[in-house]
Amino acid sequence: MEKIVCVLCPMGCKIKYNAVDGKIVAVEGNRCPKGLSYLEEELKEPKRIVPTSVKVVNGELPLASVKTSKPIPKRLIPKFMELVKQVQIEAPVKVGDVIMKNVLDTGADVVATRSVRRISSA
Amino acid sequence: MSAAIAAAKKNLKVVIAERDEITGGILNQCIHNGFGLHYFKEELTGPEYAERFRDQLSRYADSIEVLTDCHVLRLNRNKKALLVSPKNVFELEAKVVVYAAGARERPFGSLMIPGDRPSGIFTAGVAQRLMNIDNRKVGRRALIVGSGDIGMIMARRLTLEGIEVVGVVERLPYPGGLLRNVIQCLKDFNIPLYLSSTVVEVKGRERLEEVIVASVDEQFRPIPNTEKSFKVDTLVLSVGLIPQVEMLNGLVSLDKRTRGIACSNTGQSSNEWIFAAGNCTAIFDLVDYVTKEGERAGEYASRYVNGERFSLGIPIVPGENVMLTFPNYYNDIDDLTLYLRCKKPMEKAVLKVGGFEKTFEDLIPSEMIVVKIPKQKLSNLDRIEVKLEEV
Repeated sequence: MEKIVCVLCPMGCKIKYNAVDGKIVAVEGNRCPKGLSYLEEELKEPKRIVPTSVKVVNGELPLASVKTSKPIPKRLIPKFMELVKQVQIEAPVKVGDVIMKNVLDTGADVVATRSVRRISSA
Repeated sequence: MSAAIAAAKKNLKVVIAERDEITGGILNQCIHNGFGLHYFKEELTGPEYAERFRDQLSRYADSIEVLTDCHVLRLNRNKKALLVSPKNVFELEAKVVVYAAGARERPFGSLMIPGDRPSGIFTAGVAQRLMNIDNRKVGRRALIVGSGDIGMIMARRLTLEGIEVVGVVERLPYPGGLLRNVIQCLKDFNIPLYLSSTVVEVKGRERLEEVIVASVDEQFRPIPNTEKSFKVDTLVLSVGLIPQVEMLNGLVSLDKRTRGIACSNTGQSSNEWIFAAGNCTAIFDLVDYVTKEGERAGEYASRYVNGERFSLGIPIVPGENVMLTFPNYYNDIDDLTLYLRCKKPMEKAVLKVGGFEKTFEDLIPSEMIVVKIPKQKLSNLDRIEVKLEEV
């Protein structure tokens, strides 16, 4: 059987599976149903949540950390990083703020994961 | 923060002394996801996880006072602490102390690596802070030493930020961190992992220029003529965390295996009014576990303040194939949540603790085992030996 490690959570289930022409015929080792959908995606189009940062203007910190609201195709990650690098947002930033909508047509938004207050003098 | 909230729920007055500008510690710079799946049943990044607890703290603002930019200089036997903040130096007297000072990174100097001492050598946490908080790029081409989680996560971070990562060097024959990080941080970005390898020399006049890596034998001795040269300007170290215990020197006893504060399952240390939780007691895999242990320490600390007295209990001793355990003592006031690490990778092993048995598969030292053991399984013992019998 082929082996794959599920990366969806720190449990890191070692999933064993058999696939014929991309179709899964046998699976074991996943401790939750997410493991199965992860395996299916991984065989079709591997996807990842991408955490990174964007620049903040007039903030108490120069960066606000962000993430994609859901996993995006792995092959788009370099393009995504290029895009995010251009982004600058104005403080204040609140956790959960949507920074970019439907990024690269993936259906995922880029959301802030850190609140950054505006500098008081600004 | 979780200890403070647990204590506030029991109507205690709490003061948090935090040396940083905000509470949350290392979580604030861990911008990657993977936190909170156990505790919140959803996946969060470090800053999000920390912010949730800060929000909870503010809901208890009547009972919890947070002193930021405030460092504890000394904790005395008479339960008085000497603190310093930008405004003043002052003393606080407490009925109980919960110590949750976390851990420090093993520094470059302790590795005794021969060669020059140029700039460009960072611990993973320092590189992480520079990049994720201060918006500073640490270099152009990097090698990572140590395949602990932070090392692998930094390999991905550096790559995403446009720094070429030429490899991760690990002296053990297997990765030091979680498997999921080998996949999503290294394999996803084609970063080579050099197992059974170590850095034997660093070279560079002012800035790092070259790192020499060699294979090692089973005793971690470099094997001659296996040297490889990496032309890099940056070396990032992820070679282990050490519980931060210095402030309590002479006040509490430490555990030889964890190198942290020896604790009972109540969070109580060998000094009855000092409780401890988190990475200052043992290095935990997940912040979710640290939160739980913080809550436990906060709760028992409150019971202590309210007049309840409990003993450390019986010792918990690592036996066959067990590297370390947390806690180090067990009081049958409650069931036991036991954390342990195995000594070596094993395909299958049976965990035996008192009258409790459970089979585990695919064990590696870097992945902590956590089990809840009912107190009925631990009755009539004068010590608890924790064994992993390989099958």
